[in-house]
Amino acid sequence: MTPAVDQIFVNIKHWAVFHSPAAMRPAVSVLLSIVPILAVFPGLFAVTTVLERKGLARMQNRYGPNRVGPFGFLQPLADGLKSLTKEDIVPTGADRLTHFLAPLLLVMTAFLEYAVIPIGRNMTVANLDAGVVLFFAASAAMELSIFMAGWSSRNKYSMLGAMRAVAQMISYEAPLILSSIAVVMTAGSLSTVTIVEKQAGYWGVWPYHWYVFTPWGLAGFILFMICATAESNRSPFDLPEGESEIIAGYFTEYSGFKFALFFLGEYLGMFAISGLAITLFLGGWAAPLSFLTFIPSWIWFFAKLLALIAVFIWVRGTLPRLRMDQLMNFAWKFMLPMTLVVILSAGIWRFLPQGVARWLICAVPIAILYILLGRSLMGGRKLEKRTYRFAE
Amino acid sequence: MSVPFLILAAITIAAAVAAMTLRKLVHCALALAVCLVGLAGLYLDLGAEFVGLAQVLVYVGAVVILIVFAILLTRSDEHQSHGSSRILSGVAVSACVFGVLAWAVVTSGTKESPNAMLPQGAMKQIGVALMQRYVLPLEIVGLLLTAALIGAVVIAMEEKQNTK
Amino acid sequence: MTPLNGCLLISALLFSIGLGGALTRRSAILVLIGIELMLNAANLNFIAFWRYGPHPEAMTGVLFVIFSIAIAAAEAAVGLALIVSIYRHAKTTDLSRLDSMKG
Repeated sequence: MTPAVDQIFVNIKHWAVFHSPAAMRPAVSVLLSIVPILAVFPGLFAVTTVLERKGLARMQNRYGPNRVGPFGFLQPLADGLKSLTKEDIVPTGADRLTHFLAPLLLVMTAFLEYAVIPIGRNMTVANLDAGVVLFFAASAAMELSIFMAGWSSRNKYSMLGAMRAVAQMISYEAPLILSSIAVVMTAGSLSTVTIVEKQAGYWGVWPYHWYVFTPWGLAGFILFMICATAESNRSPFDLPEGESEIIAGYFTEYSGFKFALFFLGEYLGMFAISGLAITLFLGGWAAPLSFLTFIPSWIWFFAKLLALIAVFIWVRGTLPRLRMDQLMNFAWKFMLPMTLVVILSAGIWRFLPQGVARWLICAVPIAILYILLGRSLMGGRKLEKRTYRFAE
Repeated sequence: MSVPFLILAAITIAAAVAAMTLRKLVHCALALAVCLVGLAGLYLDLGAEFVGLAQVLVYVGAVVILIVFAILLTRSDEHQSHGSSRILSGVAVSACVFGVLAWAVVTSGTKESPNAMLPQGAMKQIGVALMQRYVLPLEIVGLLLTAALIGAVVIAMEEKQNTK
Repeated sequence: MTPLNGCLLISALLFSIGLGGALTRRSAILVLIGIELMLNAANLNFIAFWRYGPHPEAMTGVLFVIFSIAIAAAEAAVGLALIVSIYRHAKTTDLSRLDSMKG
């Protein structure tokens, strides 16, 4: 463990606050907590857009952006300049104030979510007693901003996209919150910092206390990530912006920088929810193996974040888009019962003694429900190898 | 009364007035959202952290969205102008109510105990209280919410069965 | 003015605004919004009395507000479902036109 490197940002902040005039200290402290977040995550957004486009291109057997800068890595700069210099068009029938406020609200709420995510040891902007609730409250406000965008554009496609997005986000918010309830219950705290602390410690080299290494935690993590994909409106749950049906969904009528803000807000939401998944299930900033603890905690957080982003990109490149009725059926008939049984399993886990028996007892109800629900939702159909009629 | 408290109170009241006076129903709903967030801010300022956040989660995330959906499903903008006598009497009644309430608040000798809050473990206290002393109300609320969920679905679905 | 009185005055004002709106507006949805405002005014009172009352450690006010929020959500869901269903029958949500029960 190298505490100096691990705590370098914390120490710099303490030093800066200590050396500023006494009256300015609270302001300096707040600024030094917020500004790094405002700088790092949009930077990560820029990197991710390139990685995503290149990754998708690789999966689809093409090149992807490779013109601007080395390997196309300056593409986001070019994109940013383009969106800044483009004309900002507001439709005549639009509700101007709401139309203007919607992207701002989206980005603001997305940034608000980062307030409770522990990025490293002692690196949380606000260690709230009810941190997880703050996160979900902010993402609830995000839904409203999407509705505002769709409604104020005075466009059928925008409206349809917004209705789809809001319906989808509300439906998937229920299992999202329920699957994190299992962790909150086991950790006995709503504070993200405490949840990370409860997962500390190793068994040999293995991070034994991570919640993902329990039967309910594994199921909960998978359910959480499915809901996270739906919450951030990404493929295969990207019906709100399904371009073959409703152009670009709720931001059809946005152009220039406001469009870029929507794009930013969407990715920030994805990073934030991945950050919460890391905090709740993957041990937060802790190293995955005990002999790797010499690497600073914040590097581990970002490594895990990038890994989850890679999963998002992978899923986007692999799965086709769902239909609206499939989406809703999946949320209410599969996800919700599964998360409820995950909570039950977490409760059983809490009161059983350690051992293999506990593992089995907790895994069995989840597996049974999974098989039953899967059978009933498939409706007797069998998955077979797809036969292509035209593309031989 | 701290400065943030007064600002939040002003925002809340202004948004409430907007929610009740604006023409377009969606604007009213959005003003209601601002008002409820302002109230959540007031709760946070008063030290009720969990309630403030739950307020945003439930009201902005669910109630306002529901209202907005209902507005869109019913296309119910008020077209004609209101009768002025109706408005006058309504405003007069509410002004009287406010007068009486304000008089009662100002004249009654409310004694405040200046004791400090217990920020430590407030969340834990809420949880313990919910699970021990208030477990029966909690169960009843759960039952009520389930009943409301089913009831709302049944009421809103009613028409569909006839068409099938 | 003491903080408690300030809170109570704000909540009284909020209540009157909600009441005024519920009495004057004709759209059923706006009446529901007015009722929500009144309910929230009551919630603010609970929090204020909890904060400045003699026994904040008992958390009574906070818990009452938590239950009240849950019940408000149920109320909004059922109320709006009723409004949607009424709209299907009468093609309007204007309360002054929904007078078919009048003799």
